[in-house]
Amino acid sequence: MDKFGMNNQTDHMFAKYVGTGNPDTTKHEWLVNQMRDTYAYIIGNSSLNTYVAISEGESRARVKFNCLEKMLFPAGPPPDSNIED
Amino acid sequence: MSEDFSSSILKEKKKREELQKKLSSQNNPNLISLTGGVAFDQDIYDTSDRFSDYVSALEPENISTLKSSNKSNTLNIQQLIDEARLEGESDAHDAFNSDLSRNATIAQRESEYHARRRNRLLSPERVDAFKTPSHTDNSSDSQYSYADAMRQTQLDRKESELRREILSKASKERESTSSGTQDQKISKSKKKRRWDIAPSVATDSALEISSDTTDVKSSKDPYISSSDLDSDSTKVDAKIIKKKNRWDQTPVAPAFETSVEVTPNVLRDASASETPRRSRSRWDETPLISHGENMLAETPVGNIGMATPLISHSAVPDIDSAIYSEQDVGPRNKYMTDEELDQLLPSEGYIVLEEPTGYAPIRTPARKLLATPTPMVGTDGFSLQEEDRHQDYGIPKEIPGIGPLPFFKQSDIQFFGKLLDGQEEENLESEEVKDRNVKKLLLKIKNGAPQMRKQALREITENARTYGAGPLFNNILPLLMAPSLDDQERHVLVKVIDRVLYRLGDLVRPFTHKILVVIEPLLIDEDYYARVEGREIISNLSKAAGLATMIATMRPDIDHVDEYVRNTTARAFSVVASALGIPSLLPFLKAVCKSKKSWQARHTGIKIIQQIAILLGCAILPHLRHLVECVAHGLEDEQQKVRTITALSLAALAEAAAPYGIESFDSVLKPLWIGITMYRGKGLAAFLKAIGFIIPLMDSEYANYYTREVMIILIREFQSPDEEMKKIVLKVVKQCAATNGVPADYIRDEILPEFFKYFWIRRMALDKRNYTQVVETTVELANKVGVSSIVSKIVNGLKDESEIFRKMVMETLDSVITNLGTDDIDPRLEEQLMDGVLYAFQEQQGEDSLILNGFGTIINSLGVRAQPYLQQITSALLWRLNNQNARTRQQAADLVSKIAVVMKTCGEFQLLANIGVTLYEYLGEEYPEVLGSILAGLKAIVNVIGMTEMNPPIKDLLPRLTPILKNRHEKVQENCIDLVGRIADRGAEYVSAREWMRICFELLELLKAHKKAIRRAAVNTFGYIAKAIGPQDVLATLLNNLKVQERQNRVCTTVAIAIVAESCAPYTVLPALMNEYRVPELNVQNGVLKSLSFLFEYIGDMGKDYINAVTPLLEDALIERDLVHRQQAAYTIKHMALGVIGAGCEVQTLHLMNYLFPNILETSPHLISAVLEAIDACRMVLGPGILLNYCLQGLFHPARRIREVYWRIYNMMYLACQDSMVAFYPKVEDEDRNTYLRCELDYIL
Repeated sequence: MDKFGMNNQTDHMFAKYVGTGNPDTTKHEWLVNQMRDTYAYIIGNSSLNTYVAISEGESRARVKFNCLEKMLFPAGPPPDSNIED
Repeated sequence: MSEDFSSSILKEKKKREELQKKLSSQNNPNLISLTGGVAFDQDIYDTSDRFSDYVSALEPENISTLKSSNKSNTLNIQQLIDEARLEGESDAHDAFNSDLSRNATIAQRESEYHARRRNRLLSPERVDAFKTPSHTDNSSDSQYSYADAMRQTQLDRKESELRREILSKASKERESTSSGTQDQKISKSKKKRRWDIAPSVATDSALEISSDTTDVKSSKDPYISSSDLDSDSTKVDAKIIKKKNRWDQTPVAPAFETSVEVTPNVLRDASASETPRRSRSRWDETPLISHGENMLAETPVGNIGMATPLISHSAVPDIDSAIYSEQDVGPRNKYMTDEELDQLLPSEGYIVLEEPTGYAPIRTPARKLLATPTPMVGTDGFSLQEEDRHQDYGIPKEIPGIGPLPFFKQSDIQFFGKLLDGQEEENLESEEVKDRNVKKLLLKIKNGAPQMRKQALREITENARTYGAGPLFNNILPLLMAPSLDDQERHVLVKVIDRVLYRLGDLVRPFTHKILVVIEPLLIDEDYYARVEGREIISNLSKAAGLATMIATMRPDIDHVDEYVRNTTARAFSVVASALGIPSLLPFLKAVCKSKKSWQARHTGIKIIQQIAILLGCAILPHLRHLVECVAHGLEDEQQKVRTITALSLAALAEAAAPYGIESFDSVLKPLWIGITMYRGKGLAAFLKAIGFIIPLMDSEYANYYTREVMIILIREFQSPDEEMKKIVLKVVKQCAATNGVPADYIRDEILPEFFKYFWIRRMALDKRNYTQVVETTVELANKVGVSSIVSKIVNGLKDESEIFRKMVMETLDSVITNLGTDDIDPRLEEQLMDGVLYAFQEQQGEDSLILNGFGTIINSLGVRAQPYLQQITSALLWRLNNQNARTRQQAADLVSKIAVVMKTCGEFQLLANIGVTLYEYLGEEYPEVLGSILAGLKAIVNVIGMTEMNPPIKDLLPRLTPILKNRHEKVQENCIDLVGRIADRGAEYVSAREWMRICFELLELLKAHKKAIRRAAVNTFGYIAKAIGPQDVLATLLNNLKVQERQNRVCTTVAIAIVAESCAPYTVLPALMNEYRVPELNVQNGVLKSLSFLFEYIGDMGKDYINAVTPLLEDALIERDLVHRQQAAYTIKHMALGVIGAGCEVQTLHLMNYLFPNILETSPHLISAVLEAIDACRMVLGPGILLNYCLQGLFHPARRIREVYWRIYNMMYLACQDSMVAFYPKVEDEDRNTYLRCELDYIL
């Protein structure tokens, strides 16, 4: 039963963090987390933020704001769960 | 005269027996004989009140003038015996149990206050008011709701008030009756009157109370609250019982005889009619076990043929212990029978002695119970008592469907009896099957061996949602309330709750209160870990159930009648606050603290804030103002208790906030100030404490002002006899003295004289808590006023005749001088000080090293100035080294290590050499403690004067040490190995290589010592020796040692090899080590791999030079079939990879990881954890991009088992380097509704 050795506590730990996955994670969930990570990274990393701002021709604050907005539904609505079942 | 006496005794005995026969023939359970072999536990079976009434009522009448002296004499003896017996009974448990096991169950250990947890009731499940509406349609009306709970508390409170009134009325009546009786006493005997009237009044009132109780209480509640008043009524009961115990055990037959003849029947009838009533009312009141009704229905409560309910709080452990003690007494130790004695002893020359007349055998309840036909063993298939422990040993009991258990206690049968009835699961309903399954798992968890317990715990966790909250908690919670619970069981059950909570989530809501009732007592447990466990559970519970549920559940308990409930609730609330955040709880706290309805609610609310401050510490700072505002008004409350708790919680807040947040306390300063001028006693103490903790927050100017003001009161209270007040005063003085604004002159002139007058007295040293407070405060004062003014005041105390006082002085001196040094001390004082210290050292009796430490501190601080005293100290020391008392020798040897450095500073090399030689001569010491100290002394001297100067010379010293290495005592081992290591490090050339090899062999043994310091010292010594005599010989020895069978030995050897490699450079060791891998033997190969693993761990970044060399070996190990090979290789790779991060070894690491990766699907726990760790380490070298590419292969694999592993690796990676993975995520094409492209990553400038 004890598949992952003595430190099975890690399951607990992983469950505490958003963005970790489990065997039941769907593609959509996984990708949404990736996109949020990406946007968070752009917001948090000032040089990347500047880079994106220059590329888009926007102000840095605007880029941050856009990223924040996009984090809400980064990939659009989730696929209908009924279809899967 | 004596014959007359004994014959009369005999006659009386006979009569008494007759009487007892008569009494027992009347079928009355109250009249069970106490002198016979059969007896019941008196706490539960309220026996024979009539005896007490008879004897006590008639005693004066039947002391006739003629026999009075004799009888009173026998009475006295009897009384003494009875008293002894009573005392014996009260701690009968200890008499039997204390040496067997240290108060195994919690119930036995806990104090009266803690025991009040048992008065609480597991209230019925509550409605989940916050459930989504789709689920609520099922009969929520019939369930117990918040409103019901509130109503219940209200009723309880009313009831308690009513009871109080009744009791006061009753006591008034009693007073009036007794005064009435006194009026009548002219006609009747006073004693007689008193004895038959007084109890009846008491019992009447008790009866009245209980009948009232049943009226007031709702019918579904079998619970009797234990308010203050209840405890009053039990006090009355207890008094009666105690009397009765004494009197009915006194075998004063004449009293009976005459009473039967003389007493009019009326009296007897009265008492007879009275007793059963009373006992019935007692039975009503006995809290059986606080189940809800639904639980009672589920557990088999009664026992076959017994009217007694099984669950009783004290009976069960008693019987248990009786059985255990019987088992322990065993056939070997039990008393011999007369027949056995007849066989043993010759028939002639021996006579059987009559027992002395006054002899009464000791019958402790525990032992008496042995003779009782225990009601518990009615169920067949389970018989513990007949089992002989010696035959039974190691063969556990079998429970159907569970298998062998290490033990099955008598008390378990109540809860798990159901499993024994042998019913087939097919015939049962699904609910019933669930319940049984839960029971089975719980039994495994509670009583099983570790492996079984682990498995069951996992199973119950994983299936928690299928079992549902009901069956789980209805089984777990009563178990936790069981009286025979011990620490281990409680721990595992609490763990079960913790695990289950995670899985159940909001399903737990209806059971929140029940869980709290069971867990809250843990918060005030004396065991620290129990408290932590309790906090953990409550915080998880509040996360699972949510704030709203928690508040709704605990609100009714806030103004509960029982102080115990309020106390635990307040603590639980503070845990909720720490789990869910103070801000979310603040509005509620505000409301509670301002409650108009009852002062209890205000009190509890304020207490919650105090507990929050204690629990959260400085985390309260952001909310400090709000919290202070919550409690502020409590300072002017009309209830004294509320005022006190308010001041205490302000103190806690200030303590937690220190040194910030004075502005938040502005509003309370004035009321506090008025308070300390107005109140006295306890209230004053609390207010002073609050002020004392607020003053350090102030800026210096204000602090100075307030200190001066408050000091007047403090100095007045210096002489207070109240212990609590003393402690607080000391604390406040300490706080004030530490504050910036208080000038030293002020303290010196105003505080010190009074302080020393009232606190530096012998009496203060006697209480440990006072002692520490005084020391701490004095040290704080010394920080302000300097060393000399304090030291000159207390130095004479070093010659005080009370040892404990000397210790107090020494501890203070130690701390003061450690803080401030001795520069301030003038020559005269220095002389006094050294004189006192020497006196204290020579006079010490105790075991602790307090005086010694103080000595060391002072002499080291004096430095060169200690020179004049060294001669004297040395001679005292040498003399004491020769002392007969081992303790004295040890202290002297310990002192050597303290003063060696100073002696060198003072240039007293001659003295040092003298001591060294003396110590060397005493190496034959037989007491290990002393020998250890002597070795430590030698070590100190060697350290100070160096190898070359050492006297005795090293070449003589070391050979004496080699045999001592064999000593098994830890202290000896540690000091000896330290000394040897020191010599190996600095002076290896003084000793021949052969001697060092001999020491190497000894060291191998030390590598498996229990104490880590010894193992470390041994390992280091290996390194030194290898460096000194070259690695070849040492390595040959070690490699040979890899072939031995004993695992521990091999493990130690591998460590030693790694150490040798570290200290003599890896290239001296690696070739031989890798060559050894060619030996086709599992142990050797694994040993080599393990050595490599340690080796790479120790050499760290040196490993980059050797990674190419060992790669083929690791490849071979990783494709080996043996699991351990791969595991060790994985560990090696882990350590190697961690060493070469950023050192350009990516190619080799990737190569090794390719060999490693197929192992991720292994299931052996050790192997898989080694492999996962190794992969994580490789990720550190390679970066997450490469590993992510490996992972992508399996994240969405069709097989779940494979997905599990890959997600695990992914999660490890994600937690470690989330942001650096952003660049490596695969590009995923959009779908019809979703856009997955992250176009920002495609920007190119």
